[in-house]
Amino acid sequence: MAFTSVNFLIFTGILIALYYILPHKIQWIILLVGSYVFYFFAGPRYLAFLLFTTITTYLGILLMFRKNHSAAEYLQQHADYSKAEKKAYKAKVKSSNRAILIVVLVLNFALLFFCKAMLVEPIRSSMQGNGTLSFLTLGLPMGLSFYMFQSMGYLIDVYRQKAEALTNPFKLALFTSFFPQLVQGPISQFEDLKETLFTEHSFDRRQVAFGLQRMLWGFFKKMVIADRIAVAVQELKGSEYTGFAFFILVVFFAIQIYADFSGGIDIAIGVAETLGIRLPENFLRPYFSKNVAEFWRRWHVTLMEWMKRYIFYPITVSKPMLNLSMKAKKKLGRFGMRLPIYIGSLLTWLATGIWHGFNLHFIVWGLLNCFVIVISEELTPLYQKFHGRFAFSNKRGYDVWQIIRLFILINLIQVTDLFENVGEYFRKVFSLTYTFNYHVLWDGTMTKLGLNTADYVILLVGVVLMFLVSVLQRKGSVRKQMQKIPRILRYVILIVLLFAVILFGSYGIGYNASAFIYNQF
Amino acid sequence: MQELIEILEELHPEIDFAECEDLVDGKILDSFDIVTLVAEINEHFDVAIPVGELIPENFNSVAALWALIERLDEE
Amino acid sequence: MKKRVFPIIIITVLITAALFFFLQALLIPKHMSETKEGAMIREYYKNAGGNEVVFIGDCEVYENFSPVTMWEEYGITSVIRGSAQQMIWQSYYLLEETFKYETPDVVVFNVLGMLYDTPKSIGDSSKQEAYNRMTLDDMRWSKLKIQSINASMTDEEREKGGIWNYIFPILRYHDRWNDISKEDFQYLFHRDQVTDNGYLMQVGVNPVKDEYPRIPLVNYEFGDTCYEYLDKMRILCEEHDCQFVLVKAPSLSPVWYDEYEEQVESYAEEHNLLYFNFLEHLDEIGIDWNTDTYDQGLHLNVYGAEKMASYFGQILSVECGVEDKRQDVALTALWESKTETYQQRKAKLEAEKQEE
Repeated sequence: MAFTSVNFLIFTGILIALYYILPHKIQWIILLVGSYVFYFFAGPRYLAFLLFTTITTYLGILLMFRKNHSAAEYLQQHADYSKAEKKAYKAKVKSSNRAILIVVLVLNFALLFFCKAMLVEPIRSSMQGNGTLSFLTLGLPMGLSFYMFQSMGYLIDVYRQKAEALTNPFKLALFTSFFPQLVQGPISQFEDLKETLFTEHSFDRRQVAFGLQRMLWGFFKKMVIADRIAVAVQELKGSEYTGFAFFILVVFFAIQIYADFSGGIDIAIGVAETLGIRLPENFLRPYFSKNVAEFWRRWHVTLMEWMKRYIFYPITVSKPMLNLSMKAKKKLGRFGMRLPIYIGSLLTWLATGIWHGFNLHFIVWGLLNCFVIVISEELTPLYQKFHGRFAFSNKRGYDVWQIIRLFILINLIQVTDLFENVGEYFRKVFSLTYTFNYHVLWDGTMTKLGLNTADYVILLVGVVLMFLVSVLQRKGSVRKQMQKIPRILRYVILIVLLFAVILFGSYGIGYNASAFIYNQF
Repeated sequence: MQELIEILEELHPEIDFAECEDLVDGKILDSFDIVTLVAEINEHFDVAIPVGELIPENFNSVAALWALIERLDEE
Repeated sequence: MKKRVFPIIIITVLITAALFFFLQALLIPKHMSETKEGAMIREYYKNAGGNEVVFIGDCEVYENFSPVTMWEEYGITSVIRGSAQQMIWQSYYLLEETFKYETPDVVVFNVLGMLYDTPKSIGDSSKQEAYNRMTLDDMRWSKLKIQSINASMTDEEREKGGIWNYIFPILRYHDRWNDISKEDFQYLFHRDQVTDNGYLMQVGVNPVKDEYPRIPLVNYEFGDTCYEYLDKMRILCEEHDCQFVLVKAPSLSPVWYDEYEEQVESYAEEHNLLYFNFLEHLDEIGIDWNTDTYDQGLHLNVYGAEKMASYFGQILSVECGVEDKRQDVALTALWESKTETYQQRKAKLEAEKQEE
């Protein structure tokens, strides 16, 4: 069931109705049943994977919970233990918990690895043919990556004793399967999500309205902008488009991936919001970032947060790394001390790249990000000197320049997504330096990309709208700001947006007038 | 605690650490800074901060960080 | 304050719904000046009831038989339920629907439909989809329409929205906003009559030039699905005490192979059905391929269709015992007005042709 299908709307509508009509006590059960229905319709054969992750996570948590519980009792009974004895006992408990943790992690990541290799790769390459970006198919098969990351993150938090251990298996099943998150995320943290997921919610008209508005905006971004521009992105991928045409591809790709991905997240967050459930934000106006590191704190936030908490930190603050840091500092100074950070970054980005797909171009993508971040980090002192010396660099104009520079740089990296052939990618990037074919803008090339003038007008209006909304967001929730304008005007805006999606959305079979031309019936 | 502030000031000379209470949430300390801090604390105070403690609440202010170090030192 | 919010919301929802249906009506193709085939299914409901003979099939029925001529010459009341590239399952569901509106004595099915076993069999999927729309869009809503849709959809249709594209045609036609013309406003809530009891008149003349090549085929067998629906139609007619007659219209292309002929003949024999292959009676009918076709023998023009009606009307009244209804005052009045419309249309089209 895709978000952009009538079936999904009907499913959501029924779910919302039941959710508020039936006794509020069983709301979380409705969500659980609804999530499994959603999952079942999406592909019953993948239910086994979901159950596997749920059950192993549950067992892991339960075992750790019991262990910790009995350990606490044991320590109470042996209050006479010395500090060293207590410490030793605690370490023993910890190491047995670690064993449980490792078993569950290995089982699940082996499954993830297997699925990615056996199931996802074929799907991904076939989807690339019809213009689906692989950055957007991370959830395949059927959200596996997302619910697995979410469950494993929770498991690790329980191990670290930073999250409450859930002993009700059905509540855990809801946490792992909550349906709006299954397609594209976001990845929630248990401690955040539990605040609203398991509690009772009474019908709040404004909250439901807000959720629906957010969904509508998501549909607009996804259907009107992303799905429309996708045709041109597919075309521009072709090897004949180099130089400035490649630059256009980079910009179009940037628009497509942001509109599609953040639009999908808007729908997910919006659906959850109609149910009174708060999902974490995943995009914080990322194209307004000024450097790559900042960009990755604002783009796909929940994934990067996950990577930081469960891969980057464990590597960089591990004992061997701390020792290395100390030793290297003596020999190499500041750079030496930071060695663990570089190693950690490298491994984290490699992992992120590989997770995107078992393919060289994703590894290149990860490494490019890593190098740019590390280099700009190292150059920070230089920058600061520069800013100190040249006053103009502290002006607003310079901010804009930084934003534009980052937009181009990051999307030059992001666009690797389109090129399985890494050589081709670099060839295109270098063609920027010697092919100055600006004439593609007016020599008719633009109209041969599968978009006509009307399409460009729609895209332009859509992108401007998206930009304005982002600017407004700086002052807080756009929907809250809209509450301040007269109700009638607000409704008009929403109705216009709704019909913009219906009319100008790029969906369905598409009207091909030529197919209707009389032709020897 | 003064020693801790000195370590922090070396990282970000422009910040008044004694006052600031949203070092992480306010995006002053990024993940690189936090890892650097952990290494420095390990070196200066001989306290190994476990990875589970690398959460914003522990790093948002000097006081919180100091409390963490003291707590870990106790254990 | 709070009390006043809900009425506003309800009014907004109503306005939105009204807008939705208005836009939907606007965006649906009207098929009034081009591809008139798309407007034929809708017209049946105006002509439903009291027909002794019902023709079912594709263009080989709606271009080749003139009901008005059969009325004029034999007093036979008939209607054609045909549409462009009408697949046999669509024919079946239209027939089943027809029995809800009337009780004909004879159902005539044109066997060209036996050639097309799957939605794919006519090739290009987007074309098939267009044909599906022209046959299905204007069928009235009932269980039969849903069944017909489910039987007809191409893979692409199923993938991209499925039946919702039929329930809310705006989902299918939404991107026509760029092609909206005067016609779309003019025919928002009504349509002109484009056929005469299902017959789509053509007055052009485009003689047959060369013989159509009889390229040998790998397989001449009719598909199982076709037989399945042919059986269903036959049984349906039996249940309604109605004679089921098979015909092959006198169209030269698609080529009608002897192997096809054998299969139809043996089916007719097995089930004791009347079967007429008009290709074998061209001289008796009086078809002149220099004057009686508008597209080189693929279909007859009005002059050919009148000859065809004249010939087949004889068979219907003699061999099938279809009554002459010209004694019925009410029917006579109705059909005289139909005849008048028909003659006016013919005169108008001929005049237009003269101008060209």
